Amino acid sequence: MNEKIKKNSFLTNQIQVSLKINAKNRSLTLDSRTSLLDALREHLELNGTKKGCDHGQCGACTVIMNGKRQLSCLTLAATCEGANVLTIEGLAKKDKMHPMQGAFVKHDGFQCGYCTPGQICSAVALLQEAKDGDASYVTADVRNISKELKLSEEEIRERLSGNICRCGAYNNIVQAFKEVHSADDEMPTWKFATKMQMKSAKRK
Amino acid sequence: MRPFTYTGTTNRNEALKAFTTTSHYLSGGTNLVDLMKEHVEQPDQLIYVKNLQYNGISKNKDGSYTIGAMRSNADTANHKDIRLYYPLLSMAMLSAATAQIRNMATNGGNLLQRTRCPYFFETSMPCNKREPESGCGALNGVNDQHAIFGYSDNCIATHPSDMCVALAAIGATVEVQKVDGGSRKIDLEDFHRLPGDKPEKDSNLEPGELITHIHLAKPELSNHYAYVKIRERSSYAFALVSVAAGFQIEDEKISKIGLAMGGVAHKPWKLIEAEEFLLGKKPIESNFGKAAELAMKDAKPFEGNRYKVPMGKNAIVRALMQANNIGE
Repeated sequence: MNEKIKKNSFLTNQIQVSLKINAKNRSLTLDSRTSLLDALREHLELNGTKKGCDHGQCGACTVIMNGKRQLSCLTLAATCEGANVLTIEGLAKKDKMHPMQGAFVKHDGFQCGYCTPGQICSAVALLQEAKDGDASYVTADVRNISKELKLSEEEIRERLSGNICRCGAYNNIVQAFKEVHSADDEMPTWKFATKMQMKSAKRK
Repeated sequence: MRPFTYTGTTNRNEALKAFTTTSHYLSGGTNLVDLMKEHVEQPDQLIYVKNLQYNGISKNKDGSYTIGAMRSNADTANHKDIRLYYPLLSMAMLSAATAQIRNMATNGGNLLQRTRCPYFFETSMPCNKREPESGCGALNGVNDQHAIFGYSDNCIATHPSDMCVALAAIGATVEVQKVDGGSRKIDLEDFHRLPGDKPEKDSNLEPGELITHIHLAKPELSNHYAYVKIRERSSYAFALVSVAAGFQIEDEKISKIGLAMGGVAHKPWKLIEAEEFLLGKKPIESNFGKAAELAMKDAKPFEGNRYKVPMGKNAIVRALMQANNIGE
C-alpha cells in the first residue's frame, strides 16, 4: 500500500480501486467491506442502482459489468479493479432514452419503480445473451440452439426471473422486452374473464 | 460485516502463501459475501482468487473435458462443447439461481456453497454446522426443506448445488492445489461429506487447499438427459428435490446410466441401486417406476418433509421419461 495513503488513512482496512463507470474513469479509497452497490450509491452519487434486499434475492441492484449482468450488492468493490461498469445512469444517450427505457415507459413496465433500474439493466443484457444464442433452463434442448434467438414468453420470464417486482408488473415488463427484442408491440395475450365466463366458473 | 483485510492477486503461489486458518478464498462471492453480511462467516482476510488463470475449458486426450475452477457458471453452461457433450451439466447449471448470479458464481465456488438451512443462517438459533456443539434447531424444528438420507443427529441440512448433482451423475474428479505446492485429485463422490459428528465440515478439503480444476468423466451420457428441479416457484429458488438423469440406449436397452438427486442429503445423492437396476433394461415407465422405488426405499423423512418421498419418486420417473423423450 502507498505510504502516503496509509498515513492519512482513517479506515481500518483501506483498499484502493480504479474502474470505469458509465465510460468515466473513477478512483476510490474505500473500506474493504464496501460493496459495489454502496460504492455507487454512497461514494459516487449514482443512486439510480437500487438496494432492495442486499442479499442477492431480488435483483434491484443489477448492473452490467464487463458486458454481463451482475448483482452489485454481492460484489465487493475491491474486486472491481479495472472493471467496466454500466449502470442505469449510463444507458441513455444525452437526452435520448435507451430503447428499453422507452419501452418500459410505453408499456407501463412498473408501478412503484424501485425494481425498474435493475429490471432495465437486466433486460438490456438479455438482448445480447439472446443474440449470442445462450441457452436457459427452459430451452428445449441445450445441444441444439442457434444465435440470434427469438425468445418466447416462457423464455423471457425464465431469463428475467432474477428481477423481482413486488408490484407485479411482469406482464408489462415482458411486453416491453418483446417490443425491443423482436419488434412485437402487441398488447398481452391474456384477457380479463368476461361476465359470462365468471358465471360459468362459479356454477362448477 | 466484520472488518477484514483484502488480498487481491493473480499469482497462485501468492494466494497460497497468504492463507491463514482464519482466511477465506473469495471467488464469485455470491454465497460467501452474503454469509459475511449475515455474520455466519467471519474471516479476517479475504484472498481474491477469481483472477487466477484457472478459467479454461479444455478437451483431454481420452475425449473427456476439464473445466477451470474460476470460470463462471454461465460461461461453463453455455460453452458449446459442454452443451453438446455434457448437456446434463449445462441444464443443471442453468437451473440454478439467476442469470446475474450465474455470471458471477464460479465452478470452484459452486462446489463449496454452503447449505440454505434457515437455522444455519439465523445466528440466534442453534446450529452445529455454524457453531459446533450448539445443537441442531432443525432436528425437532421446521424441517420441511431438510435431508431424508444420510443425516445424523447433529445435522440434517442439505447441499444446495444443482451443478454438483449433475457432476455426481456424470462422474467427476476435483483437482486441488495444496498449501505446500503439490496438487491432489479427489473423486467427486469423496469430495463432499455426510455430516456425522463434524457437520461444520462440508467437504474433505484441507485448510488452505485451493480448487483449480474439475475433470469430467468421458462424455458417455449425452444422448438422453434431463435435469428436473422441483421448487416452490418455477424459477430463482433452491430445489426441494432435483434429479439428474443421463443415459445411452443400445439395442433398445439402457447401456450406460448416471442418476443422482439433489435436495435430499448433505451431499449430492447418487442413486447407485437404481442405476444398477436400469442397466440392460428397456427405457419404459414401468422400469423407471421400479427404479424410483428402489432409490427411495431407505428414505427416512422428518415430520416436515415427508412429502419428499413421493415427490422424489415422481421426480425420478419424470426425469427418466423426459430424458428418454428428449429431441423427439
